[in-house]
Amino acid sequence: MIRFIWPFVIFVVLAGFLYVGLHLNPREVPSPLIGKPAPAFNLAQLHDPTKQFSSQEMKGQVWLLNVWASWCVSCRVEHPVLMALSRQNIVPIYGLDYKDKREAGMAWLQEGGNPYVLSASDTDGRIGIDYGVYGVPETYVIDKEGVIRYKQIGPVTQQSLHEKILPLVAELKAK
Amino acid sequence: MKKALLLLFCLLPVFAYAGVAKDLAEDPVLEKRMIGLAENLRCLVCQNESLASSRSELANDLRQEVREQMLKGMSDQEIIDYLVSRYGDYVLFDPPVKSYTLLLWYGPFALLLVGLAGLILQLRKRKSKIPEAHLSNEDVKRAADLLNPSKDL
Repeated sequence: MIRFIWPFVIFVVLAGFLYVGLHLNPREVPSPLIGKPAPAFNLAQLHDPTKQFSSQEMKGQVWLLNVWASWCVSCRVEHPVLMALSRQNIVPIYGLDYKDKREAGMAWLQEGGNPYVLSASDTDGRIGIDYGVYGVPETYVIDKEGVIRYKQIGPVTQQSLHEKILPLVAELKAK
Repeated sequence: MKKALLLLFCLLPVFAYAGVAKDLAEDPVLEKRMIGLAENLRCLVCQNESLASSRSELANDLRQEVREQMLKGMSDQEIIDYLVSRYGDYVLFDPPVKSYTLLLWYGPFALLLVGLAGLILQLRKRKSKIPEAHLSNEDVKRAADLLNPSKDL
């Protein structure tokens, strides 16, 4: 009888590992930028390219940087969540229009609504590389000192908003 | 006139050749170095493809970035450090030995040791189970007789 117990135990352990593996997301790569200063940038604003937006302007504020594009399908999933968040005035959301045509980006915001205080155009994706962007959408929580505190890979959901982002924002604002 | 035309036609392929795949062939040595480096880097979009072979947008951009940094005179190690600082160790196909990769690097050897220890224990246990045969003088003599039958003849 005891002979059959060991294969069974091994099977259960292996099945356990595989079961946990089923629920892991291989796309979620831990960012080395967490806890590091957000890379500084100075880009033309989407709606008014004569004006610049510099990340330095945001010193002293807790803010969200949301990387989006008009061609990005998952951005449409998170869009209602961002719209609702922007109406609550808890934290300013700034957009980084990643590898997008200006007209297409503006048309998409007009059609779906604009949750951003403003968006900056990263036409050639250079700033995206600085931020380690590899899939749009991505959202960064940046604190008053300009340090990246959290990175959401993929769409912001109600769950990630209420479990991670908003509690973190409240904590950072209180500092 | 005819000869001039003929000459012009002969020269046409020369003009047609200019400007093809300029981006790639601009500096074959640099390109080779870039590909050599990119083969050991992971494309983050398609994960199991290298940066050298991927056709994704991001891989294109990153290859361009690597080319430009090489032109600036940065060493391979500096470029790798630059990419790791943005995308993490995950971009490396060859993960560095760190506290959290110890299991990855040495786990198989640990398993091998556990297996060997188990094997040795098992063999020892089996050895003690086999009873030592005790031969009486008579048995020894019988065995000797059987082994040397020629003595009797």
